[in-house]
Amino acid sequence: MSELHTVNKSPFEKSSFDSCVEHVLEGSAVLLYEDGVYAAIRGTAAEGKVKSAQGVKFYALGPDLKARGLSGERVTDGVEIVDYAGFVDLAAEYDKVVAWV
Amino acid sequence: MAEEIKNFLYLNRRAPYGTIYAWESLEVVLIGAAFDQKVSLAFLDDGVFQIVKGQDTTGVDMKNFSPTYAALGDYDVNQLYVERESLEERGLTVDDLMHLTWEDEDEDWAEKDSIRVVSRAELAKIIEQQDVVFSF
Amino acid sequence: MKFAIQINEGPYQHQATDSAYLFTKTALEKGHEIFRVFFYHDGVGNGTRLTTPPQDDRHIVNRWADLAEKYDLDLVVCVAAAQRRGMVDAGEAERNGKDATNIHPKFRISGLGQLIEAAVQSERLVVFGD
Repeated sequence: MSELHTVNKSPFEKSSFDSCVEHVLEGSAVLLYEDGVYAAIRGTAAEGKVKSAQGVKFYALGPDLKARGLSGERVTDGVEIVDYAGFVDLAAEYDKVVAWV
Repeated sequence: MAEEIKNFLYLNRRAPYGTIYAWESLEVVLIGAAFDQKVSLAFLDDGVFQIVKGQDTTGVDMKNFSPTYAALGDYDVNQLYVERESLEERGLTVDDLMHLTWEDEDEDWAEKDSIRVVSRAELAKIIEQQDVVFSF
Repeated sequence: MKFAIQINEGPYQHQATDSAYLFTKTALEKGHEIFRVFFYHDGVGNGTRLTTPPQDDRHIVNRWADLAEKYDLDLVVCVAAAQRRGMVDAGEAERNGKDATNIHPKFRISGLGQLIEAAVQSERLVVFGD
């Protein structure tokens, strides 16, 4: 079964993001939202982990990026920006949602 | 749909006492046990601290809920996956954990270990096999 | 698709309930069904009718209540978590000898079984927490 993993904490504050990416299997996806969007930013310590996850699709919630003053250009290549409708679509598209709260 | 049996996994990633998540998630497990779903628990990250033996809360005036884990077997909750890497990162071995068991009705009530230490890669696959994952 | 929503955090302190609200609202607008929204841990605080945020801020409790009114949403506050944190409806007040209630009429207090049932009956459980 495929999974949508969600991370809502900064990778610099909590281990949720690190733990999530270490448990993500090929064919699944990770949605970064709330403070989790900081893991989607280019040039951070999280960038390498986003890029090296084989066969895993990364998404970041646009409204949370914007709220934090982060423009789309700051986002790591390959990370797709979605809105809440996209979040809902992803939750329906994958077989289940795993929250790394 | 109502008759469908689902695989439920409770994802335990938090240490006990510092916050109430561990205790209140255990309350969900106990209530959920009455629902005839296939239940398993995963202990990873700081969640492994939940089942460390020798917990004594007398000095902090909080309820010691760790004995409840030993009762899980009586509720037919006997699939407890503990992540090896999480233990190792925290300087723990399986000997530091409570000895949690259940009695197998099909084998003349033989006592069996509830805890299964699994690798991170194995746990990732276990998560994948679930229908529902609860996070607290 | 049928969704169940679990909210682990109270209003204002964490963004969890804001995210959950926007997810729920969007899902409903897209024609999905929300089987139940279950408030657990400090999330039970989302159900107090006594909340009074400043005029220029969102009213998190009323926002949920308005959504419930519009879509006939089932907003359930966990009784065990509610008792610990002083969330009280008329029944709980009587049972526990309390002199007041604070639950918003669009929310109801019920048992943890409601969360399990929601997970069984729904196609997806989406958890919002800290």
